[in-house]
Amino acid sequence: MNKKRISLAAAVLLVAACAAVPPAPDYDALTAQMMSGSFRDEGIAKVDRLQQDAANQACSKAQMANLPDVLAASIQQQALSTVRMPADGVFIGDWREGEKLAQNGRGMTWTDKSAATSANGGNCYNCHQISKAEVSFGTIGPSLYNYGKMRGISDPASAAARPIVEYTWTKLWNAKAYNACSGMPRFGHAGLLDETQLKHLMALILDPKSPVNQ
Amino acid sequence: MKKFLMMSALLAATCAVPAQPKSSADAIAEYRAMLADGNPAELFEAKGEELWKTKRGPKNASLQQCDLGKGAGVVKGAFVELPRWFADTAQVQDLESRLLTCMERLQGFNAAEIAKTPFGKGEQINLEGLTAWISAESRGMKFKLSQAHAEERKNFELGKRAFFYRGGPYDFSCASCHSQPDKRIRLQDLPELTKNPGNGIGFAAWPAYRVSSGEMWSMQRRLNDCYRQQRFPYPGYASPVTIALGVYMGVNATGAESIAPALKR
Repeated sequence: MNKKRISLAAAVLLVAACAAVPPAPDYDALTAQMMSGSFRDEGIAKVDRLQQDAANQACSKAQMANLPDVLAASIQQQALSTVRMPADGVFIGDWREGEKLAQNGRGMTWTDKSAATSANGGNCYNCHQISKAEVSFGTIGPSLYNYGKMRGISDPASAAARPIVEYTWTKLWNAKAYNACSGMPRFGHAGLLDETQLKHLMALILDPKSPVNQ
Repeated sequence: MKKFLMMSALLAATCAVPAQPKSSADAIAEYRAMLADGNPAELFEAKGEELWKTKRGPKNASLQQCDLGKGAGVVKGAFVELPRWFADTAQVQDLESRLLTCMERLQGFNAAEIAKTPFGKGEQINLEGLTAWISAESRGMKFKLSQAHAEERKNFELGKRAFFYRGGPYDFSCASCHSQPDKRIRLQDLPELTKNPGNGIGFAAWPAYRVSSGEMWSMQRRLNDCYRQQRFPYPGYASPVTIALGVYMGVNATGAESIAPALKR
């Protein structure tokens, strides 16, 4: 009886305590409010850049942790469906032009005059080792040195090379096709680089004649 | 002059020798050490101290009654506890937004106008000096931001969400560059800001004098340029997102020793 009364009293107390705790703040709403109230347009960088698609929303919320498998798969599937293969079926351009683009870290900031693809570099060396000669490379992405050679690419136009070539094109076009929260920009999908520029970057890492594959 | 020549020589050496990438960082560290007895930030500190004591603005008053969180006029130790909650403005404020409040209330300046002024112009130049001196008064002290007030905790949570907020044409967030140990952009080491990155690193190094541009950069300016490189739109000076990020990074840096104003490449 006594025991019963105590547990009853405890239950009443618990309920009372729960009722007194203020509801947790709605951080998603507060974050949206904070972001929209903190930024303004400047040059080519408009506030619409704060809008997130489903992928960026999910990956922001995950705070660099892995997404649940089902969610990751659906984001990747969606990303994969956006990829456009080159219209003329040619994937490989000039590795020399590719090297220039890889070195070029410009584009899309509010101090850049134009958002046209012609005004953009690939920013590749900011995050990747690529050619052995360039020692000033970042380490956020994996090394791409010997990218083609390590994958046994002797003729990028051959049928045998096709799967690797298409994989690489897809990675450049929309990196989220293979990794929902990839840190790499979606160069084709986001309109950062055009087909010709992407072909030059393809050549840089896949052409057997490129210094990357020596 | 001699120091400058040595500096250039060292810089040239750094660029010419294609050694292991880390050795460049070492060379930069060495050159910072060489400059340590003559950090140009000292000039800004001296100017800032004078500005604090000088009667200025429409009300012809000094900033000596400004409360940076430890009581009116207390400067020592204030920097390593900011951003914090201020009852008189009912806001969490960082050093720079707090200075705007003091400049408006004590001296009669228009805080909104100063916030709109581009970096390196008008009253923003004076803020460079003030933040340099105020931070220097806490040099060697450890960060210990309060999380006692509900708004301080809320700002930490919002700052964390801002830190991981991906957007813009590159899908970048602060975390793209600053959530892993031992990463670089080109040769520039990136501090890991999701935890205490160590004494004098990251949050504990700003304001800083940047040798490459010859400018004194406050934390607000540092964040502004991060967002530029993140390809985001323009964050307002002392806007809510910058304060929240300050709380997040500052709390994460608890126990880290401040070297501000530091010297950067």
